Amino acid sequence: MAPSSTMSARPTSGARAFLQRLASGDEIARLVTAAFAGCILLATVGVIWELWVNSTLARHKFGLSLLTSSDWDAVAGQFGALPFIYGTVVTSLVALLIAVPVGLGAAIFLAELAPAKISSTFTFFIELLAAVPSVIYGVLAIFTLVPLMRDYVEPALKKTLGFLPIFSGTILGVGYLTAGVILALMVLPFIISISREALLEVPTEQREAALALGCTRWESTWQVVVPYARLGIFGSIFLGLARALGETMCVTMVIGNDPSIHTSLFAPGYTIAAILANEFSEATGDLYLHSLVALGLILFLLTIVINAMARLLIIATTRRGSGHP
Amino acid sequence: MGAVNVPSPSSTAKPLAQEAKLHAVNLNFYYGAYQALHNISLDVPANQITALIGPSGCGKSTFLRTLNRISETIRNTRVEGQVLLDGEDVLSVDVTALRRRVGMVFQKSNPFPKSIFDNVAYGLKVNGFRGALADAVERSLKRAALWEEVKDKLQKSAYALSGGQQQRLCIARALAVDPEVLLLDEPCSALDPIATAKIEDLLFTLKDQCTIVIVTHNMQQAARVADRTGFFLLGKLIEYNTTEIIFKTPTRQETEDYITGRFG
Amino acid sequence: MTLRNRWRKALSMVMLSLTGVCAVLAVSVLFLILGYLVYNGWRSVDWNFFTKLPKPPGETGGGMANAIAGSAQIVLIAIVIGLPIGFMAGVYLSEFGGKIFASIVRYMADLLNGVPSIVIGIFAWSVVVVPMGHFSALAGGVALSLILIPITARSTEQFLSTVPQTLREGALALGASKWKTIATVVVPAAYRGIATGMILGVARISGETAPLLFTSLNNQFWSAGWNQPTASLPIMIYSHAQAPYDDWHRQAWAAGLVLLLLVLFANVAARLILSRGIAVQK
Repeated sequence: MAPSSTMSARPTSGARAFLQRLASGDEIARLVTAAFAGCILLATVGVIWELWVNSTLARHKFGLSLLTSSDWDAVAGQFGALPFIYGTVVTSLVALLIAVPVGLGAAIFLAELAPAKISSTFTFFIELLAAVPSVIYGVLAIFTLVPLMRDYVEPALKKTLGFLPIFSGTILGVGYLTAGVILALMVLPFIISISREALLEVPTEQREAALALGCTRWESTWQVVVPYARLGIFGSIFLGLARALGETMCVTMVIGNDPSIHTSLFAPGYTIAAILANEFSEATGDLYLHSLVALGLILFLLTIVINAMARLLIIATTRRGSGHP
Repeated sequence: MGAVNVPSPSSTAKPLAQEAKLHAVNLNFYYGAYQALHNISLDVPANQITALIGPSGCGKSTFLRTLNRISETIRNTRVEGQVLLDGEDVLSVDVTALRRRVGMVFQKSNPFPKSIFDNVAYGLKVNGFRGALADAVERSLKRAALWEEVKDKLQKSAYALSGGQQQRLCIARALAVDPEVLLLDEPCSALDPIATAKIEDLLFTLKDQCTIVIVTHNMQQAARVADRTGFFLLGKLIEYNTTEIIFKTPTRQETEDYITGRFG
Repeated sequence: MTLRNRWRKALSMVMLSLTGVCAVLAVSVLFLILGYLVYNGWRSVDWNFFTKLPKPPGETGGGMANAIAGSAQIVLIAIVIGLPIGFMAGVYLSEFGGKIFASIVRYMADLLNGVPSIVIGIFAWSVVVVPMGHFSALAGGVALSLILIPITARSTEQFLSTVPQTLREGALALGASKWKTIATVVVPAAYRGIATGMILGVARISGETAPLLFTSLNNQFWSAGWNQPTASLPIMIYSHAQAPYDDWHRQAWAAGLVLLLLVLFANVAARLILSRGIAVQK
């Protein structure tokens, strides 16, 4: 941030200095720009306020059981958020389980192995990937991923790992697993680009020290460089998680829209974002609406916490150079 | 030109010389809690070149920057004492008007990302100049001995010039508003000897119209160009006199040590 | 070479090759997406697509002209609201910011940035749709502007702070007041970065669907005005992709292709502008 004017501590010119600044237009400029900056404050507070106020009925009626009940019945007026929280968490976890190894692997390749030209070209394309709108991922998922999962991947998993409860049950193509896969694609670019930067900040001396001790390239990377950059890498994972939690469109299109909890990953489910997308504009009755807004509030709080942790980790990386052992 | 000015903690201001343009009177300067200048009292005579020398961190640049109050752009700074321009306290006048009268050239040339013409014209436009801009620009560039080199490419970016040319451009830019005082903060430290010589020659031609204060860590430069020289050490003004006395027969031991290269 | 060392070397080669595979996989996803959209959408992108309204299912020759116009309308509202606020806030944070207020604003901007866009949609619904009593392009624009503001503010601040302090001092030393310095020297020095940030922000909101779901909703016809439900490209893609008609699927692919090309074009253009120098050459 650029330094700014300070008032010199001369008692006789304090007020005069202010008036001078006023006359020169500087004070006005400061106030005007501060007012615009204040809009951001206003907007954020406004979001929290509206979420809180518009979920009052649900919060008062259900209290904490809103979080623990899995009963979502619009007709009977029973609203429990658990299936959606479950779906949100499960799909995000599946997404991370896929995206983190692939993303970290790609980041290692781009930071450690690839020559500069390839690294920057690949990074360029991967960052373009981050700009692809969610709805386009969704369209692709419906027409290509769902048949793929239904006809090849899920049957194969069922055949080999079907004894596990998560890989048992009816195969529909839509469901937690498919949503997790498409989420993984959305989250991948973020994990790659942030991890790559964290890895690039590791001083060359660290690598060289490991190699000088006789480590193979892989050992020096995996046992020295990656741990050194672990703060930034964790930061990228948390950031990916935050995105996955809030991602709406592509998940809505392939989650199956079933407001219940299932153990099997093949089963259809629901996420907070998905039910908001599907039902918000058609919700009848205040309690219904307030319950949906309550879901929005839960999602909001969840993403704030995860985002804050992500930022702390990433800031810690850049400030301290990298993780300390 | 006045007796040797030996500051002591309890000194009162000596009678000010008639032809002094700028007077610093018991000037103290603080960066937060750290005191960078201790009781500086100094008269800058009009139409002469005054050099400020001293080792790194001695406060000479800090002092220079209080003269046009550019020190105020840094947070948490405090000034005590007075700086008088023609008898008027600079801290009580409008700072933008002050800076039109007291111009500054910085250590590393800092032309704006604009054309050569727009750089020189900037000060004029900002201060509401209503005359013929092109003539004023030409005049300034001539005063800065840069006109011949750039007259055919006034619309080109200032960054197309060499380092020495850029610094002369900054001088032209500062001169455009006809300042009464020109402050130069180590203007040649990033330049080669030839570019340095050009600027030093420039200063000689300018001092008739302008009072010049130059901070330099190059003693030979001070010896070459300055009429008066002030030696700073650890935020104090150790000795201030004509250049000849400072370099040939300094009164203080610290001055002699610095001049002869025992430190610094 | 001992067996153990052979094993370590082999492992190293395998793992490192795997990382290469991961990288290639990641990059190829982009081309897969592009390829699929081109393959499926190319034939549907014709003159009708850009000029005609949607036709009922079963009839051919329809288009998404209203969605394109509607998107332009909604994004324009968002730009008019969001860019000035974001820009000015960024100027404040970089040039005027005190310690406390500026830190709070920055923190809040980052917070707002991380809020899922569907939650932003809820907010816009409650402050625009509910009082007005109906869905509107305005509500959609407001929702999108809330996404645009923090992005623009932070990127403007970032690029303004890369301008060297010595440039500001140079202008101040000539007698320019602080706001004149900012307007005539600092902002022009950083204009490339600031413009890039704005382009990327606009590209991002052009592709957002969730905040429009219950603000501007949708419209099978031309929008009747700023305060009426309005079609938009992302919403059309969403609704057409999920419909049971093949014809509408083709339209969804086509619209997806158009949208993706716009977004990618803006991103590439922004990066090109940026690569020619962020701010002052020094």
